This record gives sequence, C-alpha cells and structure tokens, in this order.
Amino acid sequence: MSEARKAFWEGVRAELPLLIGVFPFGMIYGALALNAGLSTFASQMMSSIVFAGSSQFVTAQLVHDSAPGFVIVLTIAVINLRHMLYSASLAPYLKDLSFKWKALLSYLLTDEAYAPGILQYEKEGVTPFSHWFLLGAGFSLWFVWQVSTALGIFIGAEMPKDWPLDFALPLTFIAMVVPILKKRPLIAAALSAGVVALLAFHLPFKLGLILAALIGITIGTGLEGKK
Amino acid sequence: MNIWLIMFIGGLLTFGMRFSLIYLFGRFQIHETMRRALHYVPPAVLSAIIFPELFFQADLLDLSLGNTRLLAGIIAVLTAWFSRNTLLTILVGMAALLILQW
Repeated sequence: MSEARKAFWEGVRAELPLLIGVFPFGMIYGALALNAGLSTFASQMMSSIVFAGSSQFVTAQLVHDSAPGFVIVLTIAVINLRHMLYSASLAPYLKDLSFKWKALLSYLLTDEAYAPGILQYEKEGVTPFSHWFLLGAGFSLWFVWQVSTALGIFIGAEMPKDWPLDFALPLTFIAMVVPILKKRPLIAAALSAGVVALLAFHLPFKLGLILAALIGITIGTGLEGKK
Repeated sequence: MNIWLIMFIGGLLTFGMRFSLIYLFGRFQIHETMRRALHYVPPAVLSAIIFPELFFQADLLDLSLGNTRLLAGIIAVLTAWFSRNTLLTILVGMAALLILQW
C-alpha cells in the first residue's frame, strides 16, 4: 500500500467514531429539510453545496418560517464564522500544498474533520503525505453526510404529514445548545439572545434573529472579559 | 430569494471562510476579541431561534399552560441538561409534545 493511501485510511479510521455520531444527524436533517418545504433535490444538494450541519438545520428552519433570503444567508455566514478559526489553525500545516489541495481540503473542513486533523498535525507534524490523512477524515465525513441525508429524505417522505415534525428542528437545536452551556458567560449569551429574540420577534424580515444573536454574542464576550 | 440562490451564496460564503486563512497564511491574523466572540456564536444564534419557536404560537406570545410546545421544550431542555444525549433529547421532546397534544 502506498504511503498516501495508508495516510488516507488512517484519516478514515480516526474519523470513524465521529461518523457514527454524524449519521443520525444527517438522517434527521434530510427528513426535516423535506418537512420544512424544500424539494427532495434541494434538500440533498444542500448537503454538498453548503456542507455544514448546523447551518443546514437553521436554513431548513428559516425556510419553514419563510424568512427572506438575505437573512438566511446572513445567518449561515454568522454560524459558519467559526470555520475561520479552523482555517487559521490549520494554515501553517497546509502552507506548502498546491492551490488545488488547499481548496479541496478547505471544502471538506468541517468541525468533525478539523478535530482529528489538527490532533494528527500537532502529534506528527507535517510529513510528505500528512494532507492525505486530512483528506481521509474530511472525505469520509462528506460521504457519510451525503448518504445519511439521502436516507433521511427517503424516510421523511414516508412519514405521515399530520405529525408535528417541524418541532424536531427546535428540539435538535436544544440538544445542540444545552450541552455547551458550561460556563456563566455562555449561559448569559444564550438567555439574553433568547429574550431579545422574543422582544424583537415582530421586527420585519426576521431581523430580530440577527439582532438577538449579536446582543447575545456581545454579552457573552463582555462577561468573559470581566473575569 | 430563490432557495438555490440562497444555497449557492451560503455555500460560497462557507467555503470562503474555510479557505480564507489557509489561503492567506501569514498575511492575516484573527484578533483575540474576535476569537473569543466566536465561542458565543452557537449558543446565541441557536437560542435566538429556539425561544420564539417555543414562546410564540400563531404569532402571539403564549405563556399559558396551554402552550404545549413550550412545555415540551422545557422537558427537552431538562433532558438535554441531565443526559447530554442528542437523540434522547429529540425523542423525549417529541414524545412529550405528542402526549401533551393528545
């Protein structure tokens, strides 16, 4: 087996436990996107065009709420801002790769690919084939995300229409947000954003969402700075 | 805006942010405050979506016990807090809503 292929499969193996966790999420996304009113084709394509779990769930929710396009795009951008951190953190290890490799690995740079990728680089440093490890981790996640989305769409299409399935979206967000509320500034950010979202609910174009998020982020960051 | 246009712009922005600093290595740094602020994006954005979904029913603020989505949401928050299990939270919250609506 060539060195490149070996590194690729090592990346896949490191990604494996994360793939198991991601699979049900992809299915839930597929089923809910369809339920929120996206077409089968659009629900599937979002998993490769945007390819970012939480922002895909949020897009489905906002399409369901008939939010205007610019608010949806702005929200996707805010949610995915954290990827700039991953980009900054991996940059020194990828600096000698070709433009094509940089672009490909960037496209595949999700939370789940970043985690094993950066650990590997910190442990082993840059070797002639180390980018194949990152490709293995990133590509296996991409593959599983596409397959699980398709399966979710298939199952979603079979579900009875009168079930309150749209409620599974806020439930998914609750399941995502509650476990990360580990420190006071994080709780303050969540609560203040929530309350502002209620107060600003009737602002036009769903701008209350953006306003609430910005206030929550500011309050959390400010409180952390005080300690 | 058309859903395809939303997806393409959203996808381009996402790719752009993932690619940005890998491409611009050495020419650009993220400011420390910005780095800190990014940690608060997920709880702030997600809560800003969750709260109105639970508290507003048919465009009206509903704080009564008849607001089944709010009650089921609170049960889901408690489940998430104690179990830290994603699938369990979704299942319990969904079951709670179905039972309360019965």
